[in-house]
Order: sequence, then structure tokens, then C-alpha cells
Amino acid sequence: MKSLIFSTVSKTLLPLLILFSLFVLLRGHNLPGGGFVGGLISSIAFVLHSFANGLVNTKKILRLHPGFLIPTGLLISILSALAPTIFIGQPLMTGMWFDSQLFGTIGSSLFFDTGVYLVVVGIALTIIFTISESA
Amino acid sequence: MSVFLLATTVSFLFALFLFVLGDKTFKRITWVAALLPISLLIYFSSFTKSIMDGEIFDFSYTWVPSLGINLDFRLDGLALLFALLITGIGSIVFLYSTQYLKTHPKILRFFAFLSFFMGAMIGVVTANNILTLFIFWELTSISSFYLIGFNNKEEGSRKAAITALTITGLGGLTLLAFGVLAGSLTGTYTISEMLNSTGVFENHPYTVYLMIFLFLAAFTKSAQFPFHFWLNGAMKAPTPVSTYLHSATMVKAGIYLLLRFSPHFEGNSNYFLILLIVGGVTMLYAAINTLFKTDLKGILAYSTIGALGIIVFLIGIGTSASITAAIVFIVTHALYKASLFLITGTIDYQTGTRDITKLGGLRKTLFPLFIAGSLAALSSAGFPPTIGFVGKDLIYESTLSGGISPAFLTTIALITNVFMVFAGFVVGVRPFTGKKHDSVEIKTKMPILLWIMPMILSVLSLFLGVFPSVVQNLFTQQITPLLTGEESLHLILWHGFNLILLLSAITLTLGILLYLIWKPTYKKENALAKIEFLSPKSIFLTFSDWFFYLSYGLTRLFQNGYLRKYVMVLLIMLTIALGSHIILNLNVSNVLLDIKSLSVSELVMLILIISSVFLTLFTSSRLTAIIGMSVIGYTMCFIYIFYGAPDLAMTQFSIDTLTVILFVLVVYKLPKYLDMSNNRIRIRDGVIAASFGTFLAFTIIEIMNETPVKATTDFFAENAYLLAKGKNVVNVILVDFRGFDTMIEITVLSIAAIGVFGLLKLYLKSHEK
Repeated sequence: MKSLIFSTVSKTLLPLLILFSLFVLLRGHNLPGGGFVGGLISSIAFVLHSFANGLVNTKKILRLHPGFLIPTGLLISILSALAPTIFIGQPLMTGMWFDSQLFGTIGSSLFFDTGVYLVVVGIALTIIFTISESA
Repeated sequence: MSVFLLATTVSFLFALFLFVLGDKTFKRITWVAALLPISLLIYFSSFTKSIMDGEIFDFSYTWVPSLGINLDFRLDGLALLFALLITGIGSIVFLYSTQYLKTHPKILRFFAFLSFFMGAMIGVVTANNILTLFIFWELTSISSFYLIGFNNKEEGSRKAAITALTITGLGGLTLLAFGVLAGSLTGTYTISEMLNSTGVFENHPYTVYLMIFLFLAAFTKSAQFPFHFWLNGAMKAPTPVSTYLHSATMVKAGIYLLLRFSPHFEGNSNYFLILLIVGGVTMLYAAINTLFKTDLKGILAYSTIGALGIIVFLIGIGTSASITAAIVFIVTHALYKASLFLITGTIDYQTGTRDITKLGGLRKTLFPLFIAGSLAALSSAGFPPTIGFVGKDLIYESTLSGGISPAFLTTIALITNVFMVFAGFVVGVRPFTGKKHDSVEIKTKMPILLWIMPMILSVLSLFLGVFPSVVQNLFTQQITPLLTGEESLHLILWHGFNLILLLSAITLTLGILLYLIWKPTYKKENALAKIEFLSPKSIFLTFSDWFFYLSYGLTRLFQNGYLRKYVMVLLIMLTIALGSHIILNLNVSNVLLDIKSLSVSELVMLILIISSVFLTLFTSSRLTAIIGMSVIGYTMCFIYIFYGAPDLAMTQFSIDTLTVILFVLVVYKLPKYLDMSNNRIRIRDGVIAASFGTFLAFTIIEIMNETPVKATTDFFAENAYLLAKGKNVVNVILVDFRGFDTMIEITVLSIAAIGVFGLLKLYLKSHEK
């Protein structure tokens, strides 16, 4: 399934879609979006790229096996959940908020959502890549 | 006093320690194992002085206070008797086993299990909290399971282990039921405090359940008829295990339980009547069976069951005399039966057989063993001046003074005792007398540990017979008042010439006559085997076979490995559940569709969905079917958008895209044609799917008609911004209010991904080769 148009478009779309998925992730707290949808969009971007350019090339861009994203994401989520207990002695998953000059207010739930995002990308890509390799 | 806690747990730690030592080191220093029971024996002996003075020791350690489960221990006369038996016989058995299993490759595992068992058993007899007692009780069942199946390469051992675990496990369950019920009725889980509300154990509506549960627990553990047969199977274990668990200690746990709770049930005459009947049946049944066995351990197994029956029977008589007799008999039986078992073990070790028809004439070669065997047999027979004689006197004394029917009770006790005399002599004397069988080769050199250990026990039987006041001072003097509130009988060897002596003499004469006349043969054993199908064992095994077939059939039916079958079963069940509700409560006016209220866009979506459903169903190409499914999915997104749920729409859209990709990946390589199932199956599936869909739709309509409870919805809506600083309520719920759910969800998803990866990659690799 070699198509020059498809391949070119997917190469342009990949960074755009990833950017869009990050945008969806970040706006999630106040507007429709969030880590789960963001993760799905990002994985669609990679899957699209792999269809157009072959799995090998997509893996080259990723460098790491997508499976590595799963424990990384889980770790970030767990740490963000544990952070209030460790640092300020509050119950698990209490929201912590930091005011920063540059980005405005950032909450610990953003890190939690980022973890979800990474886990979702990792899971989707692991499953789809594994199946397409074995098909 | 944390020393006591250490004493109850050290055995478990010791078992772990053995594994740390490792096989090689342990084989060089097996004697280390014996240090455990000996030091525990010394520790518990240190209490004898104070307990003889009437003191009772209580130890309490918090464990799960919120559930009322505490590590409460109480050391009184009864507990001490059992603790001394456990550690004393334990020391003998541990030392004996270091020689007996010296060359066994898994000797470390053996001692680890044995230590584990000893710890559990000490816990059972010292626990003062019924739930703690239950836990230790279960641990004894488990260690017994491992020890019976110790020779795990033999099918017989494994089966016997499972039978034993099933039967005693059943008892464990009912013990838990008893504990919970007694605890909630009396308001305490502490056994000694339950005494304050004895009404519960006498004439409460639930008393009958308490009794059933307690009896099932005690009778299964102590091998009472009809649960006795697991004990015969348990003889597959190495002989030291049979000695220790299945004769001297563990099977007495049920007896301990009955004794421990006899003060609670004191005013309940049914309690004692049932014990009397069950004990009586068990002892007669077992006594007669001893005649038909040719394996030494088989004879001992039945005589053990008989002895346990006698003890239950004595508790059932329920007088202070009979309780005294029961306690003396526990000691007596532990001593002579352990000795006989160890002698059997040594005979097996030296000759390689335990078949009574082949054994004889070992007197000269195994002389010290002959002495030990004769002494044990004499004590078992109740010959003066052994402790057995004292015990037998007490049995007759309690049956003669027992309330119900002295003549009848005395007669059945006499019959049982005659068979006991027989059994003791067959095991303790017959192998040594007569002529040597030609086919049996005897190792003439006998390791010292293998005869000195039974000898110690036999000599102790003799010693206690000459000085019965030792038993009285140590045990019966404290235990009888504890259990009955009355003074213990005086233990003396010589009562003078009276009816009891006459009965003893009759027992001995008849027993010895029986021994001389009756020779166990295969023919007799086989004759009994012909009516084996009537025995509780066969009935139980038939039942368990049927149970096995039933569960096999059910598993084959439901766990058939086809996803479509699983889904079908689920849908049928749900259809039945929903359908029965809806058909019974259908309110037609709620259900009627108001066509006019549909907007144009909704109507378009409806037509789209319906037409793509039909496309999916009737297309002949897989890819078209997938496209049809995805159209349904995308249409759903629009519906979400119409009803103001953009988050859901986005997610549905992305998921649908990914699903289509997955489907295409999987289906791409499959053949084009869908038409694989015949019309009948398609119609069946169609009916199931359609009725499920219909009922689900009705259910949803019904839910819509209910006034929703909005408490949580309102809370989330109001507090999303105030507490979590987010305007998107859905996302705030996901990452904050219900963040823990999300955490678990992504964990589950990760596991699923690892599963897919593992399955497919491993499958690929195994096929690439």
C-alpha cells in the first residue's frame, strides 16, 4: 500500500496531531479533552504514519518500544497520587496547586493526566503494533 | 510476657530457618531439628509447678482489634496437658525421624512441615480466642495435608492427602461458623468469657446450630464415624507422621475442642447424649474392623479410631469420673499408641514390610524392640501395673456409674476393650513371636534411635502405671474441676477385689483368647472388602466422583474456550433477568415512542444506524461489515454531541477509529467470505441478540422514567471548580474526584496490553522455530 500522497500527508500530520493531542491534554481541565482522548489522538497519529510509511520507519521515529511508555506513565500517575501524602501529609490524591509566573496555576492532577496520556499511547501502540506484526 | 508469643510462633520461624539453612547443611546436622521440640518441652514444663498450684496464665497480644481477633492465649491444666503431649511426643518423633528418614532426599522439607505442624498445634490448644483457634486449626489441616502427601510421587498418597484435607477442611469451615455464631450470640470471641453466657449453649433457638457446627468440626478432625475413613488413608504418610499427627496429637484436637467446650454445654444434656452415641458407634465400628486388617498400620489406624471413639464416649458420659477417665486415657493412648507406631516404623525399616501375615520371629534379632513392643501391648491391653490398667479401671468405673444405662454402657466398653487388647498384641507382640517367615530379610543391625524412642514411651507407660499419682497431680487434679466443677477421682493402681477388677480380668482373658484364635489373613480382609460399598468411605467417594463429573460437565459447558459462546451465555442470562422483570412490570404508556418529538437530525441518525446494522448483518464481506460497525460508532458520536457531551463524543470518535484499525489489521488476512455459520445458528443468534436488545431498550426507557437521584451529580457540578479548580466536570471527575478509579483502569489496561503482547509474541516465536 505505497502511496506518495498518503505518505507525505502522514509525515506532515504526525507532528501536527501530536501537537493537537498535547493541546487536548492540557485544556482538559477546563474544556473538553484530557489525557485519555489526548493519548488516543496521539496513537492514531502514529498508527496513521505506520500505515503510510511502514512499521519499521515509525519505530525509528519512536526510538523506544511503545511498551516503555506504559510503566513510565503508571509511575508518573502513581507519584502524582502519592505526592500529597509524601510532601504535605494529606490523604492520597489530594489536589496540590502551584502558582507559577510563566504558566499560571498548575495542579498535581495535570501530572496524573499526563501519566494517563502516556499509558494510553503505550497501550494502544503496543497492541496495534504487536497485532500488525503478527498479521 | 512476649516469651509466650515467641513460644507459639517459634515453630513457624524455625520452619523458615530450615529453608535458609539449605538442604546440604541440614543433612549434616539433622539433630538441630530436635532442639525445637525439646526446648519447647522444657519451656512448657516450667509452667507445671504454678499450674499444679491452680494458677491460670493469660497472654494477650493485639492483632486485629477492630474485628475482635486478638492473639489471646490461655494456659490452664487442659492446655498444658496437650502442650506437654505435643512437645513431648514431638521430641521423641523428631529424634526418631532424624534416623528413620536419614537418607530421604527431602528430609529438610519433612522437618519444616513437622515444625510447622507443631506450631499450629500448640496454637490450637493454647488459643483463647475462637477465631485464633480457627486459624491454627486450619494450619494443622494444611500441614497434615502436606505430610500425608509427603511421598508425592505416589498417587495413593496424593489421593489420601486430598481426602483428608476435604474432610478436615469441611470441619474447619463449620468451626468458623461455630466461632462466628457463638461470638455474635455471646458478644465475645474469647472462649473463657463465653462461659458467662451459657444460656446460649443450652436453650437458645440457635443452640442446635452451635452443636451441629461444633460436632462436625470435632468429629471430622478426630475421625469419628462416619468421617473416620480419612485417617486410614492418612496412614500413607511416613510412619513418624502417623505417630505424631494421626495418633498422638492432631486427631486429638477434636477431643480437645469437645473437652474445652464441655463446661459451656454443661446444662445441655443433648450435647452429651450425642457424644455418647457417636463415640459408642465409632469405637465399636473401629474395634471390629481391626480384626480384618493385615497391614500393621491399618490395624493401628482402626485401633486409633476406636480409642478416639472411647474418649468421645467418655466425654459423653459427662460425669467427673468419666472426664477423669478421658484425660487419663488421652495420656495412656498417646504413650502406648505412639510407641506401637514407632515400633511398626522400625519393623518396616528393618524388614521392609508391615504385613502381619509375613512377620514373625523377630524376637532374637530385634530384642530391645520386642521389650518395648510387649510393654506397649500390655499397656494397650490394660495389664497391671501399666497406666493402661489404671485407664481401663477408670473407664469401667465411669460406665458403671454413668447415668443412662450402666449395664449397656459397660457391655459396649467391654467389647471395645477386648478388641483393643487384640490390636495391641497383634502389633506389639505377634511380629516377634512364632517362626520367621522365609521371604522376609531382616537387617540385623538396628540403629539405636529406632528402638530407644519407643522404649522411652513404653517405659513411661509402665512408670506412670506404678505411680499413677503423677498423672493425677499433673493433670486430672486441675483439669477435672476445670471442666466439671467437681473433684477428680483418685488414681490408684490397686482397687482391691471388686466388680471393676473382674471386668478387667474378663477383658484381658477374652482379648488374649481372641489374639490366640484369630489370625488376620488376606482372605478375611478380602471378605470384608466385599461389603466395602456400604462403608462411609465408598459413599463419600461415590459422592465426590459424581461431584467431579458434575463440575467437569458444567465447566465443559460454560468454559468452552469460544468467545461467542461466553457472550451467548452472558446475553441469555441477562435477557432472562431483564426480561422477567420487564414482562412482569411493563407499563406500555411509558414505552410508546412519541414520533413527533423527534428532531430531523435525530431521525437521520436513527435511519443511518438502522441501515448500517442491516449492512453489517447481511454483507458478505468482512471489511464491509467492519465499515458498517464503524458507521454505527461514528453516528453515536453525533448523538453525544446533540445531547451536549463533547468529551464522550471525542473519546468515542478516537476509540472507534482505533477499533476500525484493529479490526482491519486482524481481518485483512482472513478469507473474504463471511458465510460460515448455517442459517439455523444465525437465526438462533439473531433471536438472542434481538430479544436482548429489546429488553435493554425497555430497561433504559424505564430508567429514564425514574426521577434521578442527583446528589452526586450536584456535588460534582458544584465542587468541580471550588475544590478542584476545573471547569470541565467530566475531566475533574476522572482525574480528581474519582482519580483512584482511573488509576486502577490504566493499570488494568496495562495488564491487558502486556497480555496481548505476551500472547502474540510468544506465539510468533514458538512458530518461527
